[in-house]
Amino acid sequence: MTRLSQGGRIDRSRMLRFTFDGRTLTGHPGDTVASALLANGIRLVGRSFKYHRPRGILSAGAEEPSALVTRITGDLREPNLPATMLDLAEGIVIESQNRWPSLSFDLQAVNGLLAPFLGAGFYYKTFMGPTRGAWKVYEHFIRKAAGLGRASEAAAWEAAPVRSDFADLAVIGSGPAGLAAALAAGAAGARVMVIEQDAVPGGRLLDCPEASVEAAWRRAALDRLAGMPSVRVMTRTTAFGLYDGNFLGLAVRDDASGIGALVQLHAQRILHAGGALEQPLVFPGNDRPGVMLAGAARRYLTQFGVLAGRRVLVHSCTDHAWQTAFDLADAGAAVVIADQRPMPAALAIAAGSRGIRVIDQARITATRGRSAIRAARVESPTGTEWIACDLLCTSAGWSPALHLTSHLGTRPIWLPELNAFVPGPLPPDQAAAGAVTGALTTGAAIAQAAEAVRALGFAAEAPALPDLPEEPHALTAPVQTTGRGKAFVDLQMDVALSDIALARREGFEAVELLKRYTTTGMGTDQGKTSNLAALRAMADRRGIAPAEAGTTVFRPPFTPVNIGTLAGRALGQHYKPIRHSPMHDWHLANGAEMIEVGLWIRPWFYRAAGPDAGAAYIAEMKTVRQAAGLMDISTLGKIEITGPDGATLLDRVYANGFAKLPVGRARYGVMLRDDGIVMDDGTTSRLTDERWFMTTSTARAAEVLSRLEFLLDTAWRDLRVAVTSVTDEWAAMSIAGPQAQAILTRALPDLDLSEAALPQMGVLQATWRGSPLRILRISYSGEWACELHVGARAGEALWRHLLETGAPLLRPYGVEALGALRVEKGHVAGPEIDGRTTLADLGMGRMVAKRNAYAGHVLSRRPALTAPDRLQLVGLDCLEPDKRLRGGALIYGPGQPESGHGQGRVTSVTFSPELGRYIALALFAGGMAAEGQEVATVHHIRGERVRARIVSPHFLDPEGERMKG
Amino acid sequence: MLRIPCPCCGPRDHDEFRYGGDASVPRPAPDDPDPEAWHAYVYRRQNPKGAHREYWQHVLGCRQWLVVERDTVSHRIGSVVMAREWQA
Repeated sequence: MTRLSQGGRIDRSRMLRFTFDGRTLTGHPGDTVASALLANGIRLVGRSFKYHRPRGILSAGAEEPSALVTRITGDLREPNLPATMLDLAEGIVIESQNRWPSLSFDLQAVNGLLAPFLGAGFYYKTFMGPTRGAWKVYEHFIRKAAGLGRASEAAAWEAAPVRSDFADLAVIGSGPAGLAAALAAGAAGARVMVIEQDAVPGGRLLDCPEASVEAAWRRAALDRLAGMPSVRVMTRTTAFGLYDGNFLGLAVRDDASGIGALVQLHAQRILHAGGALEQPLVFPGNDRPGVMLAGAARRYLTQFGVLAGRRVLVHSCTDHAWQTAFDLADAGAAVVIADQRPMPAALAIAAGSRGIRVIDQARITATRGRSAIRAARVESPTGTEWIACDLLCTSAGWSPALHLTSHLGTRPIWLPELNAFVPGPLPPDQAAAGAVTGALTTGAAIAQAAEAVRALGFAAEAPALPDLPEEPHALTAPVQTTGRGKAFVDLQMDVALSDIALARREGFEAVELLKRYTTTGMGTDQGKTSNLAALRAMADRRGIAPAEAGTTVFRPPFTPVNIGTLAGRALGQHYKPIRHSPMHDWHLANGAEMIEVGLWIRPWFYRAAGPDAGAAYIAEMKTVRQAAGLMDISTLGKIEITGPDGATLLDRVYANGFAKLPVGRARYGVMLRDDGIVMDDGTTSRLTDERWFMTTSTARAAEVLSRLEFLLDTAWRDLRVAVTSVTDEWAAMSIAGPQAQAILTRALPDLDLSEAALPQMGVLQATWRGSPLRILRISYSGEWACELHVGARAGEALWRHLLETGAPLLRPYGVEALGALRVEKGHVAGPEIDGRTTLADLGMGRMVAKRNAYAGHVLSRRPALTAPDRLQLVGLDCLEPDKRLRGGALIYGPGQPESGHGQGRVTSVTFSPELGRYIALALFAGGMAAEGQEVATVHHIRGERVRARIVSPHFLDPEGERMKG
Repeated sequence: MLRIPCPCCGPRDHDEFRYGGDASVPRPAPDDPDPEAWHAYVYRRQNPKGAHREYWQHVLGCRQWLVVERDTVSHRIGSVVMAREWQA
């Protein structure tokens, strides 16, 4: 066991049991999975991405590249979770990743032997040119061998909570700078939210023992913040993205449920105090389990009471790593320091007093150890020796966690004394303080934070600085060493110095190309411990300064965010709003098979008519053609138009004229977009001199209303007209068929529904059982038909009343039959009004031949929209009785090769029971000029070829006799 | 996420709004027969770097069309006025 009997901020009085690869282990409340594994002496926790090399725990935070595990809860598998960020909980089940059959015996480690062939660009080179076909053979095996964890396939997520929040100041990070900023702004009365990704606030103050001045300051700061009602400290919360308008995406981990919450934080000001990420040194064999960041080893000791090694070698170029050496030595480890720099005199005395051996100007050129490190070869001016160790702490300095500062486009700048990038100049409502700016001491961070808060406009006073001990923080640029064995730059993507050298030789020098060619920095950790090293490696090889090599910018998310968290409540039926007609419950109770149409749920067909859609729609069509059918059309868009200039508005937005539409009459109308393409069709009825009732297609209702509002609010402000959506106020149904008039007359005996009182396109206003009723004599199916619009609350009652009165002749029908009936009549709908067709294309050119000054008229007469070979509406008769036409099939004219896009396409198809064959609407080059030609309709995907003849799209009753009843 | 201070409803998330394009392009008169004028209105845009006046409709609120001044670089929102009251 490596757990010490005392120290750390864990609760030793309670024991938590968990399993790792089937082994039951224990830890304590306050542990992470990583600290608990280390406490159990487990150092090998995963296999690497490409070479399946043994890997351990590098860090103690969100930057972890290696110790990625899968958490299993019932059927749910959550892969690629950093063990360093997972709170230990009773009974959790953890599995290692990317190993088979087991972690310690991994057959695919043979990939390591193939390493010379698997370098950067392996895929591009191996599977291009003549060997490209080989990819199809090997892809499965390569994908299986290379990779991370496996997610569950079950849709196990419950809805994640989502909320919006607001703050005057968002403080990102709760280290010394973050806490000092919160104290200053909180004392000034500001609403402050401190965002901390770890379970415990404090940042690098947690690396200091509880008895230290720094730890005491942290406790006092948190106590004071707890007493400030306007300050909130959010732990286990990652600010994963900064978006326009100082909008922060926060993911709040909830390890108990596994479902994190999403907080959308709107912050007036932002203080970036996310600290800096310690970087590992690059040397051959630097990836073995037991190689750990120096600061992480210190964190495991002070936070978790875990001594991660008994024989420790500290290899670094920074003063901070020496503090790790001192703390580990004080905790009982035998420590050797191998520093890359010449001997730092002051620190050497402190080391000597602890009996720590120091080798200066040291380089590590090799390591040993199969499943964990056993020794490292240290070269220095005094000679070369193998030093035995079970923990190798490394530090190459610090890379500021400036990710969020660059999400909105601020480019990082190079700070030479830090050998790293810091945030560039930030907009006035953002500031940065602490290690993220390169201020590496606690005292500097606290002072800088208070200054930054004042600069952001808060009336903050300078804080009382604690009496901090001196904090050595010198560092030099790290030296990367090569030798036998791979020196890894990116542990997660298995990118080594040799890959960088290869990229350089092959010309992928620019940092963006380097990244894509070698994949360095493209893992789930986004290169938090590798980008700087890769940049340095390339700069060294090119003989330029790292600043000249440039850096890649960061994009959200800072760390991976669960898709379930982002989805929030938008799951299943909550994915989008659902709209029901007032007769919805009746449909369900009466055997309707429902179908989604946009946001609406509509009756597709009724099972009483047939067992499936194919049988039912034909039966329902026959009912309409031979007796009478009732259709729920409540989904039509309905717009009330009022005002003295309503007629002018309609006359301008419809392509056909509306100025002279008399009161009590309805008219079919088509609207164009300003570019001359057909936008939508519908009808408008004039109810009084200054009141109209417009219907639009179901699909384009919102678009039409918005367009009317746009024109009235902008260019046509002089028109005295109001438009209002009344879609939900009215239930609507259409009764159609040879018996419809008789049934309606019986159902509504008080009304005169004679031809004289209600002629074709006539409008009748009445009341029915206290609700307003509008009857429009409009036919879509070509039969005698009326639309009945009634107050929504009376909708189901009227629907029932009509069906009861009309029984057994009158039956309901669904959208499948509706679509088929209109094809028989040659009426166009969505498949033809597809955003590409003009009025002339749809056979309605004559309707507007003598008109102008309507929206879209000028551009509709452009040469391109009036060319004779445009695809135009035709009808198709199926010529092969044993086959069917198919929507989406391409049409090839006589003598044309049956490949390519053809001369047209089939848009709408139905079987016509009246005609006894399949018919279709189609768009064909030149349109009806080709009437009578035999064409081939080919559906390449289904492999179908059906002969058809081009005919008039008005298949049934072209004279319109049936509508007259 | 942009927040647009609607003159009727106060500051609201941009997902309550519908974007309506460049507000600086005047619509030709309904009876203007000039194809060039309509072509310019429908297709020609400046794509400026910096301040841009554009139409937004508060569809999930008051339904007013607004003229919003947005910086195309920083996405900062400047003035917001009702389209009905806006003088070009």
